[in-house]
Amino acid sequence: MTYIAKPKLHHPSLAKNRVGFTRRDYEGKISTLCAGCGHDSISAAIIQACWELDIEPHRVAKLSGIGCSSKTPDYFLGNSHGFNTVHGRMPSVLTGAYLANRELIYLGVSGDGDSASIGLGQFAHVMRRGVNMTYLVENNGVYGLTKGQFSATADKGSRSKKGQSNNDAPIDLVTLALVMGATFVARGFSGDKAQLVPLLRSALAHQGAAVIDILSPCITFNNHSGSTKSYDYVREHNEAVNRLDFISLREEITADYAAGEVIDVRQHDGSIVRLRKLHADYDPTDRIRAMSYIQEHAARGEVVTGLLYVDPEAADLHRQLGTVEQPLNTLGAAELCPGSKALEKINAALR
Amino acid sequence: MQKIEAVNDFVVKFANINGSGSASANELFARAILRMGVPVSPRNIFPSNIQGLPTWFEVRVTEHGYLGRRGGVDLMVAMNPQSWEQDVREIDPGGYLFYDSSKPVPRARLRNDIHVLGMPLTEICNDTYSDSRERQLFKNIIYVGALTTLLDIDPQEIEKLFGEQYKGKEKLFDSNLQALNLGREYARQHLKPIALKVERRDRVGDMIFTDGNSAAALGCIYGGATVCAWYPITPSSSVPEAFERYAQKLRTDPASGEKRYTIVQAEDELASIGMVIGAGWNGARAFTATSGPGISLMAEFIGLAYFAEIPAVLINVQRGGPSTGMPTRTQQADVLACAYASHGDTRHVLLFPEDPHECFEMSAQALDLAERLQTPVFVMSDLDIGMNQRLCRPFAWDDDREYDRGKVMTREALDAGTDFGRYLDVDGDGIPYRTYPGTHPTKGGYFTRGTTKNAYAVYSEAGADYIYNMQRLRQKFETAKSLVPLPVLTAARYPARFAAIFYGSTGPAMQEALAALAEQGIYLNALRIRAFPFQNEIADFIAAHSKVFVFEQNFDGQLTTLLINEAHANPASLVPVLHYDGTPITARFITQEIAERVARLNVRPLRENMVA
Repeated sequence: MTYIAKPKLHHPSLAKNRVGFTRRDYEGKISTLCAGCGHDSISAAIIQACWELDIEPHRVAKLSGIGCSSKTPDYFLGNSHGFNTVHGRMPSVLTGAYLANRELIYLGVSGDGDSASIGLGQFAHVMRRGVNMTYLVENNGVYGLTKGQFSATADKGSRSKKGQSNNDAPIDLVTLALVMGATFVARGFSGDKAQLVPLLRSALAHQGAAVIDILSPCITFNNHSGSTKSYDYVREHNEAVNRLDFISLREEITADYAAGEVIDVRQHDGSIVRLRKLHADYDPTDRIRAMSYIQEHAARGEVVTGLLYVDPEAADLHRQLGTVEQPLNTLGAAELCPGSKALEKINAALR
Repeated sequence: MQKIEAVNDFVVKFANINGSGSASANELFARAILRMGVPVSPRNIFPSNIQGLPTWFEVRVTEHGYLGRRGGVDLMVAMNPQSWEQDVREIDPGGYLFYDSSKPVPRARLRNDIHVLGMPLTEICNDTYSDSRERQLFKNIIYVGALTTLLDIDPQEIEKLFGEQYKGKEKLFDSNLQALNLGREYARQHLKPIALKVERRDRVGDMIFTDGNSAAALGCIYGGATVCAWYPITPSSSVPEAFERYAQKLRTDPASGEKRYTIVQAEDELASIGMVIGAGWNGARAFTATSGPGISLMAEFIGLAYFAEIPAVLINVQRGGPSTGMPTRTQQADVLACAYASHGDTRHVLLFPEDPHECFEMSAQALDLAERLQTPVFVMSDLDIGMNQRLCRPFAWDDDREYDRGKVMTREALDAGTDFGRYLDVDGDGIPYRTYPGTHPTKGGYFTRGTTKNAYAVYSEAGADYIYNMQRLRQKFETAKSLVPLPVLTAARYPARFAAIFYGSTGPAMQEALAALAEQGIYLNALRIRAFPFQNEIADFIAAHSKVFVFEQNFDGQLTTLLINEAHANPASLVPVLHYDGTPITARFITQEIAERVARLNVRPLRENMVA
């Protein structure tokens, strides 16, 4: 980490997006993570994606659990409200926040210990409910803050820095998310920003439960040989299924591709995710196929990345509940309190 | 043989098998008496089971309006062979046993000091009905019919109740009425009259008859809750269920059908309190309902809400603990668990409702207090109040009442350059300002965390920042004293050395006991505590008496501990009197305990023995 404060003044020539903000306006405090941490690259990708999407920073609510990953919301979108909740329980807090105000953009930031170990239950249930959110797992297979213990995503047979071998079967959060009903499921790599930023942009625009499992090597405790979450290992075994462009409502579709090379997925809000196929037989709207594809490649030791599944017709929890459009936190006594006359009727029925 | 004689003042207990449909017939019985203008107080004593185990329904008929449990039984309606011995034993001498005589009962299983009324109910049902379910359900109505004859209950009132229940269902109305008359006719022809009677009065007035859980749910509707997150647990599940029922009627946009509320049944109590905290953080009024085990699971989150200062309302319908304890029995055993819930130095605001009326009032008030104080607030109900129908004052609401949203800094204030420190005490009351997420593009954003921070919500492990924050939280708790409901004093007719302190569902039994004690010449001042933190009035009250009996429905004397800890009461002047078998405390128990203890305290044998 660096301790030198970032300059507050921004250069006047910095490019502004459509809502008048420079990229620097999406930054947060200086990271206190180790130099070279994958998580910092993810924070940079979030900054880039939000700036490119013209999201006003304060319209985002960042929620996290506990751990290295969960500290990161302090390091991006400094003008947004953030909430560092308790270990493994961010999904429920995010759900409650989203119930209160459906108009904000909810970004959940978690890690592998937070989501796959202590928080596996909440991870599964938040996917089932279709909470409209982008849920990031900054996955390094190890506990950083408590210094190097295996997490539940560590591969069987992988070795810790101290030389111990992991005997437990790993939890694959991507597969779990698919089983549990997440409607946007992707895997990225912190070392591949070109892939990660469009994934983030697509996920943020998705109107439902979007999850991205981001392999994010721990430079201090899990970047050695024998680790399956190191920079070298992931680079060697990364098998991207597609490259995507995210096209928001305002953007013109200009790129031209030969038929069969691309799939356009129009999302609920009208935005389009354009996928350039890297594997001819991969269809990201087929959930069952996605699950077997991931398993087949995992058996070969390959880490499949890219947009693995998207349901363009996803319905979020508020639509399922039939809630009013107006955010609940803006309703006052006039809309909420039935008043004394209604109460008198209730009293009469109880006599 | 002695014969208990009473008009409008007796206890009828129904012993049934759960799942047999007896509950609605027994409730019908209770309501018919109410409609005759005579107060009743029913209590459901049920097992943690769905079908086949013993269940009891006790109806106290009480012209004086004593709604606590009296203790003792004058008429036992013994419909369950499993619990026969226990049921027969429970009848007061001179009382009555009504039973199904289809199978003869040997004399040895009866008693000589009670009056026995046998009616061949199974036989009558088997002769009248062919369908087995009908035989079962109408058996209940037939015995209600027989009881109306025995007790002089006006059958017109039951007919009216049938009319309300089976509106538009003529066939059901007719068949129920037929069963009722079958029972009435049998009793008239075959049963000896008894000396327990119901006479028409006008003692119910405008009171309403409802349960505390529904009332708490309605309080949340009126108090403006828009988010309800919960996990099923007895005896609290009917709070969110009633919230849904009321919200469908009262909170659905008539034009669009859209809902101005959300209810999520969470995967566990950790998730339900997490959702409440998330919603509270984001500016919506949110609540959960739970019971003891749920509070234990929520503990970590409760500490977060305390330290991060997020409004949350928890309706705790207490049951018997520890562990799974007695899920279908009542206790006040979570007082300490809630007052100090979570690790670290925490303390929380508690409200103690006495009846459904206060469940309504305090649930609505809790939503205001939680936002004003930016902290979790507990409504400490219990099974006795929550799941039993109780006669109480009607609900009331002042249409001029505004919701107290507490200190919320607006976009306009931020634009005007107001200094915003999320954990900064600007008014000296320990309560800081907060902003809702999404308020302003460049100002007022902050990072909420359970770790320590400075007054501007910036991460800090500096000792001075931690101390500032903890002392401010203590100041805030002091402020709470001026906002929570005051205790209610029932003053003795004459100056009294002794006093009683009580809270929650003990209220009705205590009022009755005080009257009974006064008749014996024992006068006590009585204080009903309605909230924690304790106001100075409570400490003053204790200090003004030589002995204060603290009535609690738990084993450890939890409120007593809290009074010593927090009101700095002299332990020597507090005498905990504890009722903790899982049944509601009775007026007879209180009267007897006080009478005995007062007698002992007034006797001075040492001095008397010191002859010359």
